Amino acid sequence: MEHLISRYRNLTILTILLFAQVLGLAIQVKRSSDNTPTRLIRIWAVDAVTPFEKGIVWLENGVRNLWRGYFYLRGVRQENRALKQQIEQLQIERASLNQDAEQAHRLQALLGFKERYISKTLAAQVIGSSGSEQSRSIYIDKGSRDGIKPDQAVITADGVVGKILRGVQDHVASVLLINDQTSGVGAILATSRLQGVLRGSPTGEVVLEKVMSDEAVEQGEKVLTSGGDRIFPKGLAVGTVVKVSPGPELFLNIRVKPAADLDRLEEVLVITDEELTEPAEAAGEHLRAADILAQRLPSIPDQPAPSNPNAPPPPTFGLKIQPPPNRQAPTPSAVSAAAKTGQTEAVGQASADRSPAKPKPTPVLASPPRASGDSRSAPLPSEVQPDSPKAQPQEPQPQPATEQPPQ
Amino acid sequence: MPITYTSHEQVEVYRFSAPAAILIPLVAVFLQAFVPLRLHFFAIFDLPLLVVIFFGVARRNPVSGMLTGAAIGILQDALTPSLPIGVFGIANTFVGYGASSLGAKIDVDNMGSRFLVTIFFSIVHEIVYFTVARGLVDITLHWSWSHELGSAFLNAVLAVAMFALLDRFKQRT
Repeated sequence: MEHLISRYRNLTILTILLFAQVLGLAIQVKRSSDNTPTRLIRIWAVDAVTPFEKGIVWLENGVRNLWRGYFYLRGVRQENRALKQQIEQLQIERASLNQDAEQAHRLQALLGFKERYISKTLAAQVIGSSGSEQSRSIYIDKGSRDGIKPDQAVITADGVVGKILRGVQDHVASVLLINDQTSGVGAILATSRLQGVLRGSPTGEVVLEKVMSDEAVEQGEKVLTSGGDRIFPKGLAVGTVVKVSPGPELFLNIRVKPAADLDRLEEVLVITDEELTEPAEAAGEHLRAADILAQRLPSIPDQPAPSNPNAPPPPTFGLKIQPPPNRQAPTPSAVSAAAKTGQTEAVGQASADRSPAKPKPTPVLASPPRASGDSRSAPLPSEVQPDSPKAQPQEPQPQPATEQPPQ
Repeated sequence: MPITYTSHEQVEVYRFSAPAAILIPLVAVFLQAFVPLRLHFFAIFDLPLLVVIFFGVARRNPVSGMLTGAAIGILQDALTPSLPIGVFGIANTFVGYGASSLGAKIDVDNMGSRFLVTIFFSIVHEIVYFTVARGLVDITLHWSWSHELGSAFLNAVLAVAMFALLDRFKQRT
């Protein structure tokens, strides 16, 4: 035996080396889960390489800033003048957009939508990559000390870049790009509103999957994040459809050109904080929107109060948001008390989540309340604000505003 | 583990100083991680693989060749966060073993043989890499002969220039 081993020493060592690595691979694949700690060797390797990368990037930026800040200032005065004009123009546009946004927020609040807003981002410098064509990932110069956590979204001003991978180190984190074949992003086509899953391909292209082949998708259509993956906030630019062809099974193969230039990333933004909030709403503005809608939409004519307590409840005055079925409706007595005291938690605080399990609340236009014993007939919280003159419980009018013809 | 490498074969055997033996692979891995950020096409090259081939054929010692391959491959794996450690390691171990075994039998010090040897081992590397990735890690990779041959050709062109540069670090035993 010893003779055999010494005779085939090289092959024996090769076999041992390969076996050890295969065993290591098998263990990693079996144990791969979210809780797996980062391999020490990865930390060492990253620690060994990233200081040099940071140094080069720092030097590069220094030289670039020196050039741009001191030597490349020709035509700056003229450019400054043009930019000022542009700012004035943009301020006018912004005022107009603000008006639209406020109205959108009011309407959103009326419908009870909850939306995820990007509330905090962190700028980071790209300092390295995996250097392999098979794995498309980059390293950034921010880590857990800066608030970076796994699965945070990484974007640029142009669009989505990727997500933070597990194994965030103190001052370095790795980002899986959206064109890596192991990545997946919930996406929606901007015009046709078709949803799919955006995946990277082995060749580094980005493909939108899971769109049925009988759907019509056109080249040039924008692709946005759908928010369904719980990583990327809804509505971020992902890319543009460049080619549509029949794919496997019953799905289309939609090739997408990423909005962000994934081959030339230098600075990125990491979304470190998202808020699941309702839009900012002032009681007055909230009511104004309700009033506007109430005036513009047709109403259901008044009906006499039912004598039967089990009969369907009478409709309420103005807009009402029905609580979703999976939410616990308040008891009739609580509603009645709330209506009398003007407490806002009574009914209709239906801020539906976007998850499929929680259906969106349905706004219904109705007539004035006749009985306070049924939860569905209670007014909107904002409508029972005692401080607001418009929020006083309204008496039935012979000619309520809701009966005006739609404009 | 010795950091200088010798062989007792009849063909000419070289060794490298400790700084060269350590720094050359590190610089190769570093450049491979950094340069594609600025020059994206550079990702088609595989500098760590070229270093494995160079050390293998120069030392002509299969044990040191495969150990060098394993070390450089694992370092490369460590910088590839989306893949488990070992995929590049196994592929480079094979290449290190093969290159040093071949180097012990034939003269690979002229440009032509270096060119052909690099093309051959680039393809071997890709085949082993794809086999391991598909068979052991269950990663679906796309194989394209045209891409792999093109990549092997470009790597071989680079190898000829790079090996000429690295020859300066060789020390006769």
